[in-house]
Amino acid sequence: MVTLKDLQPGDHARVLRCRGTGAIFQRLCEMGFVAGAPVRLVRFAPLGDPLEVELTDYHLSLRKSEAGMIEVERDIRSGP
Amino acid sequence: MTSARVHSQGTPAEPVVPRRIRVVVVGNPNAGKSTIFNRLTGLSQKVANYPGVTVEKKTGHRKIRELDMEFIDLPGTYSLAAHSPDEMVAVDLLLGHAEGEPPPDLVLQVVDASNLERNLYLLSQVLDLGVPVVVALNMIDIAQARGISIDAEKISSALGASVVPVEGHRGLGFSQLEAVLHDVAARTRVSGFGGPASGPRSLKLHDELHEKVEVLTREVSPLFERAEGRKLHSFEVLRAVIDRGGHAEGRIVKALGQPWLEHFEAVRRAVAGPMELPALEAKVRYGWVRERLVGCVTRTAVRRTTPSERIDRLLTHKVLGFVVFGGVMLLVFQSIFAWAKPLMEGLDGLFQALGAVVEASMSEGALRSLLVDGVIAGVGMIVVFLPQILILFLFIGLLEDCGYMARAAFLMDRIMQKCGLSGKSFIPMLSGFACAVPGIIATRVIEDRRDRLATILVTPLMSCSARLPVYAIFIGTFIPDRSIFVGMGLQGLTLFALYVLGIVTAVMVAWLLRRTLLKGAKAPFVMELPSYKVPALRGVMYRLYERAVAFLLRAGTTILAMAVVVWALAYFPHRGEIAVRHTLERDRVAREVPEGEARLAALAAVSQSEAGDFLRESFFGQAGRAVEPFFRPLGWDWKISMAVLASFPAREVVISTLGIIYNLGQDVDERSNALRDSLKSAVRETDDPVAPGVPVYDVPVALSILVFFALCCQCGATVATIKRESNSWRWAIFAFSYMTALAYVASLILYQVGSRL
Repeated sequence: MVTLKDLQPGDHARVLRCRGTGAIFQRLCEMGFVAGAPVRLVRFAPLGDPLEVELTDYHLSLRKSEAGMIEVERDIRSGP
Repeated sequence: MTSARVHSQGTPAEPVVPRRIRVVVVGNPNAGKSTIFNRLTGLSQKVANYPGVTVEKKTGHRKIRELDMEFIDLPGTYSLAAHSPDEMVAVDLLLGHAEGEPPPDLVLQVVDASNLERNLYLLSQVLDLGVPVVVALNMIDIAQARGISIDAEKISSALGASVVPVEGHRGLGFSQLEAVLHDVAARTRVSGFGGPASGPRSLKLHDELHEKVEVLTREVSPLFERAEGRKLHSFEVLRAVIDRGGHAEGRIVKALGQPWLEHFEAVRRAVAGPMELPALEAKVRYGWVRERLVGCVTRTAVRRTTPSERIDRLLTHKVLGFVVFGGVMLLVFQSIFAWAKPLMEGLDGLFQALGAVVEASMSEGALRSLLVDGVIAGVGMIVVFLPQILILFLFIGLLEDCGYMARAAFLMDRIMQKCGLSGKSFIPMLSGFACAVPGIIATRVIEDRRDRLATILVTPLMSCSARLPVYAIFIGTFIPDRSIFVGMGLQGLTLFALYVLGIVTAVMVAWLLRRTLLKGAKAPFVMELPSYKVPALRGVMYRLYERAVAFLLRAGTTILAMAVVVWALAYFPHRGEIAVRHTLERDRVAREVPEGEARLAALAAVSQSEAGDFLRESFFGQAGRAVEPFFRPLGWDWKISMAVLASFPAREVVISTLGIIYNLGQDVDERSNALRDSLKSAVRETDDPVAPGVPVYDVPVALSILVFFALCCQCGATVATIKRESNSWRWAIFAFSYMTALAYVASLILYQVGSRL
């Protein structure tokens, strides 16, 4: 199972689903991490955490622990 | 719930003249909401606080043709699912539940055209409330530059709300926006819309969910009305069911008891199946949004690298990112430290001159002293902070507006996480080195209430610029000027250690607070990284102006009251016999000392001795003696105790107080050699219980005083600002108490250990 934090910078992917409970989980859903949404990992912060992703039309940052709640499927156009 | 109109249209106090049309302005953060609000309302804005929360209430009005409209600006939000009282303000206001706030007639939602899907998610929730909505489609130019073109007419009919394209920062599209606001408001008035109702427009998330929510609403609403005096809106019940652990649920459970927790849980179990309700809601709403946008939005297929992404390659680079960040922070820090200084000195001089004028034009007495030493000196003490606040907020405003602030938080988050805070706490805490007051105000960028409070409570531990003169005089006088390492002196090292002490204590306290009083789930750090843009100077200036007015008005009134109290303590009882004795002394000087320099010096010495006697005999002086046993374990005599007491409203006052106590007059500062000599030669009085006749100050005593000043909350402005920003005296008193206790214990340990070495 691949989650958002397992991607490499530059990887494109699609959101499969968001797992978890509580306020953080809900915020992730509201921000647009819903099934089918296109997502790209842009970079990790210089100290390794948080990370920056591009989701549909905008950029946002989230912590690795939060990115681990988002299951994704890599796009074929980006590498393994 | 079909025809339920939750609010009656009229309240007894409703005036006969047509009341103002209430327009609530909502939108995502970074959608340009403030810019549009500012354009619409101009300088008619008023800022206040909602009771019990830290959210600011910003209102302004504008007459559009015959209609008088009142605009209420809400803080930017991504969703109406409230997990804190602060977030609930938006829901309450939209539903007309906020105390003293009639329901809105109209909602103006500001939408970022370059990021439609996420912005329209909020719209889909707002539409559920049944209030007429006008959409301002902002940043249409940015969308176009990214190859997104939007058909506003098509989108209007698809969404069922009037959509008006605007460019907030350039002021384009506003006449059209006003015309639409007017028409919708006029229509609303005719049809007699009297508040939100859940109408047929509500988006069906899930059939069974809505059935259950309706049944539940019928059941719970009357009970809630009995307990709280108002009905529940079905949207609140919907939120209570979906947002597990959220504020809507919490409020109902608080009013009606724990069993309701289980009722909501039962509905969740019955409806959700394998999918959690928040995920279900997001899926349905985003699905609805995408469906609406088909045929309204066209994109050029090629995805180009935006300028923003190119800038980010540098600004979030592993090495260069920190270099730039360090440079920016240095600039901010330097500016609040150094650039503000001439302005502060200018203001200080102005108040002193004003005091001198008043002093010269009035005859001696309690009233003159109240005006000069109480009111003018007290207000002056606060107003001198204004340059620092304005300069810091100019920078923060520019950095926030151009988008860099989010990147700074992105860079620093890893470090700040270690003490239980987030990257957003970094800049407020850094500002604390110059002055805690602007630092505390700067915590407004932190959305999470617990994080924000923790940051507010530890920011005053940063060694601010007012501590510097105190550090300077005690270090310069008592720490030997010895070089202990290449280029590193013992004095510099002590100064450095005091700064480090503040930082380390702040980190530990923040860590502790987040695990005890402010315990709670880690706040999400899901933060938008908005595209870089040229800052809108207009908006930045608006905010500066607001800050200045709010600071002067509100912190000023509290401070003024404190200043008067402190003055009275230092002035009364002001016994006449001291004045008589010194008048006799003056006569003697006039008789015996020949006219010229010598006589002036002798007269000045008499005045200083008089001021010293008055202070020693004042309530403060008496208090100093009274508390002396309490401070004795720290190595202090009653004079230090008293000077420290007097410096609780503003720590730098300790220097002038010591000056008066040692009969040097008021005008001593940290460069004063006379004060240094007095401190060095001060011996304990013959009735001193510790060691009569021995020098008062040695290195352990000096260090104990320094550490006390490093950790103690001796600043009335800070306490008043904490009260204002946390909207409660409780936190202000807490900050004051824990810092004072910490300072006492640290000084105690230091002195007891130090004096035995």
